[in-house]
Amino acid sequence: MEGNMRLSLKVWRQSNTDAAGGFEDYKLDNVSPDMSFLEMFDVLNEQLIEEGKEPVAFDHDCREGICGMCSMYINGRPHGPLRGVTTCQLHMRSFKDGDTIVVEPWRAQAFPVIKDLVVDRDAFDRVISAGGFISVNTGNAQDANSLPIAKEAADDAFAAAACIGCGACVAACKNASAMLFVSAKISQLALLPQGQAERSIRAEKMVAQMDAEGFGACTNTGACSAECPKEISLENIARMNREYIGAKFSSSAV
Amino acid sequence: MATSSRLDARIPQGPLESKWSKYRSSVPLVNPANKRNLEIIVVGTGLAGASAAATLAELGYKVKAFCFQDSPRRAHSIAAQGGINAAKNYQNDGDSVYRLFYDTIKGGDYRAREANVHRLAEVSGNIIDQCVAAGVPFAREYGGLLSNRSFGGTQVQRTFYAAGQTGQQLLLGAYSGLQRQVGMGTVKMYNRHEMLDVVNIDGKCRGIIARNLITGEIERHGGHAVLLCTGGYGNVFYLSTNAMGSNVTAAWKAHKRGAFFGNPCFTQIHPTCIPVSGEHQSKLTLMSESLRNDGRIWVPKKKDDNRPGNEIPEDERDYYLERRYPAFGNLVPRDIASRAAKERCDAGYGVGTSKLAVYLDFAAAVERYGRAEANKNNIHNASDADIITWGKAVVKEKYGNLFDMYKQITGEDPYEVPMRIYPAVHYTMGGLWVDYNLMTTVPGLYSLGEANFSDHGANRLGASALMQGLADGYFVIPYTIGAYLASEIRTGKISTDHEAFVKAEAEVKERIDTLLRIQGKTSPELFHRRLGKIMWEKCGMARNAEGLKEAIQEIRQLRKEFWSDVKVMGTANYFNPELDKANRVADFIELGELMCIDALDRNESCGGHFREEYQTEEGEALRDDENYMYVSAWEHKGPENWELHKEELIYENIKIAQRSYK
Repeated sequence: MEGNMRLSLKVWRQSNTDAAGGFEDYKLDNVSPDMSFLEMFDVLNEQLIEEGKEPVAFDHDCREGICGMCSMYINGRPHGPLRGVTTCQLHMRSFKDGDTIVVEPWRAQAFPVIKDLVVDRDAFDRVISAGGFISVNTGNAQDANSLPIAKEAADDAFAAAACIGCGACVAACKNASAMLFVSAKISQLALLPQGQAERSIRAEKMVAQMDAEGFGACTNTGACSAECPKEISLENIARMNREYIGAKFSSSAV
Repeated sequence: MATSSRLDARIPQGPLESKWSKYRSSVPLVNPANKRNLEIIVVGTGLAGASAAATLAELGYKVKAFCFQDSPRRAHSIAAQGGINAAKNYQNDGDSVYRLFYDTIKGGDYRAREANVHRLAEVSGNIIDQCVAAGVPFAREYGGLLSNRSFGGTQVQRTFYAAGQTGQQLLLGAYSGLQRQVGMGTVKMYNRHEMLDVVNIDGKCRGIIARNLITGEIERHGGHAVLLCTGGYGNVFYLSTNAMGSNVTAAWKAHKRGAFFGNPCFTQIHPTCIPVSGEHQSKLTLMSESLRNDGRIWVPKKKDDNRPGNEIPEDERDYYLERRYPAFGNLVPRDIASRAAKERCDAGYGVGTSKLAVYLDFAAAVERYGRAEANKNNIHNASDADIITWGKAVVKEKYGNLFDMYKQITGEDPYEVPMRIYPAVHYTMGGLWVDYNLMTTVPGLYSLGEANFSDHGANRLGASALMQGLADGYFVIPYTIGAYLASEIRTGKISTDHEAFVKAEAEVKERIDTLLRIQGKTSPELFHRRLGKIMWEKCGMARNAEGLKEAIQEIRQLRKEFWSDVKVMGTANYFNPELDKANRVADFIELGELMCIDALDRNESCGGHFREEYQTEEGEALRDDENYMYVSAWEHKGPENWELHKEELIYENIKIAQRSYK
């Protein structure tokens, strides 16, 4: 052990979806400020195993801020205190010696807890399946440069496409709304010429699926964007509303 | 040397340029009505798996796809940063299919199969077309056309990119195509499932055994073909740039059921990663190769120079890549850049507290871009401070997310002080041996993307992994699988009641029970760390016969200890990441032994495989083409027992030379 920070942790433990959960208290010594938050949890888990206790289950994979799997609600904020950072990229130098840190799973009806800090985010996949794509089979494409796209449109589409699908927006929202996630995909495809053919039906179907999954409505609080590790802009929600209303005026599909 | 009779690469006859187009037009087809009755299992949903699953479903096959993550969108392809190569020649700088083919063969140090690599170069352009059509937001120029940049080992600009998130954008493109098929019911998606065995019946692969990671249930899945798109095994080193969950288990189970393992010792060490900071470290983070477009790599000319990097004057810096390799400079291939960094650090010129780092410096690029901006805006008397401000803005646009990531991890601001970087395990060129159809030595069992022994020989060029993954999934397997499935139309539905399924399931359960029963003292994590240390020290960036022999003994000992002292918490009947980890580490230990055996067999240095005994006077890799111009394909014969089969590599279209980037 190479660090000298001491921490108190209050961690949500829940053995499965149907079980009642609760906080457990843990003490951790010798934490290094260079550790990432998840490496601090690795140390905690090794300590629990040594004590013969079951380690804390948490989701994580790439540990470089891009896969969107890590999902801890730290001291009341998704992904912790920093802006524009996922849990795996949060380092212990952002905390102080002696701190008490409260760690919970994402809390939303549409994201049931699987175990401890792990939640089920399949709802996001189903929203994408409803329309978050361009219907182009492999092999149908024309030469890539035969379709010039203004740099500004390409850059805006890219900014929306940077969403990692972690669900922090839902966890941050008092209504557990998924509007930021859904609007990022609708915006990306609405901004590009390739997305025009299915533009209306896409907005209708994705919004319908979002509602069916039990996500709440948007009341323009803006917590989603403030907590988004990729800083996806609220403008996307405004664009989605325009897309959806426009689609509803012209279509009778859904 | 002759190719082993057990290996048939099924390379089509005829001239190289027309092999693929001719074969594609003559490979047997399956009619649409029959496709509906043929089931294909795809394991892994990265670029290769997602693109294959979506494309095969579009063609009409019934597809089942599996991933261990909570969503197919999280596969580790997502973390690829820099770009994807394609021989589009949009920059009019002399690129062509032949040149991409040539660069890839040469970059791989003449250890890849000509026909496969040429096919890869041929379809590379289609990949870009397909991705753009699917809405992938690649970087563009002001005129609206696609932008390109350079990567290592090439002298043309053929790399397409989306800031430092190219892998993410490509994977989300493939994922959206996959989810479209899931929505239509043509792909059944199994998230949070881990494949724990393949099932062969009468010599053909007929399905898999998978564990539902949430409920712990062991499931049987039958299919007429199984595609393993399960990525590389870099995590055998414990510390690597791979995701925490990346593992070899699927490929290893296939290997133990008869699939030969190709070139297991060929590992790519990436030159530009953030250095290790302490014992707690769980993974290493890459800084994209694209940074070498603009960053200059150097160390102080003086040993043990403790001044901060930005205080060391220009004439006291050794830009060692530019000095040793003037033709390619900072853009030499990865294996060469990594070894050069190690050489400088071993000689005592390393920087930072650990002295195991070199500088990657953007000061010159900031100034160059700043001046260009001033000229663009018609300002000819700009102050130095203004130039630096404008230059930093350009660098931020190009590499902003990478600089932020560096700052977050190290606590240092790379806009002000040079980055410290050091090589780290990144990619594995080795993998399951496959023929031209991407089929392993088990009929009906295929391997795509990084999981196969691949088109990259002994060293992969930057931005070619994304290209290969999507080539295999979008444009190769949809054709080549017909060669096998056309003869399966009379087979009928695969019954999972067959005794082979019963037996495989029982074996999987028995292994899980054993792991839980041992209740020793050491966690799977600690075994993994110990394995990684052996591998990095003795089978890492430099290897020698003595070290490899020691490593083999140490790994065998570790394996014994694992199976008598591992401590796995919890039970098998619910979500239990510790059990998943134990299963994976057990397989990594066995793989580690085979990697060392392969490295010991190959008495030459080539690409990423550097045997200290075989080097030129200047310290460059010394190949032995007479005796080692082969793919090693290992057959598993039992515990600690493998037989080597050789596939001779024949170069008819390329002149073999010592690789030079000077």
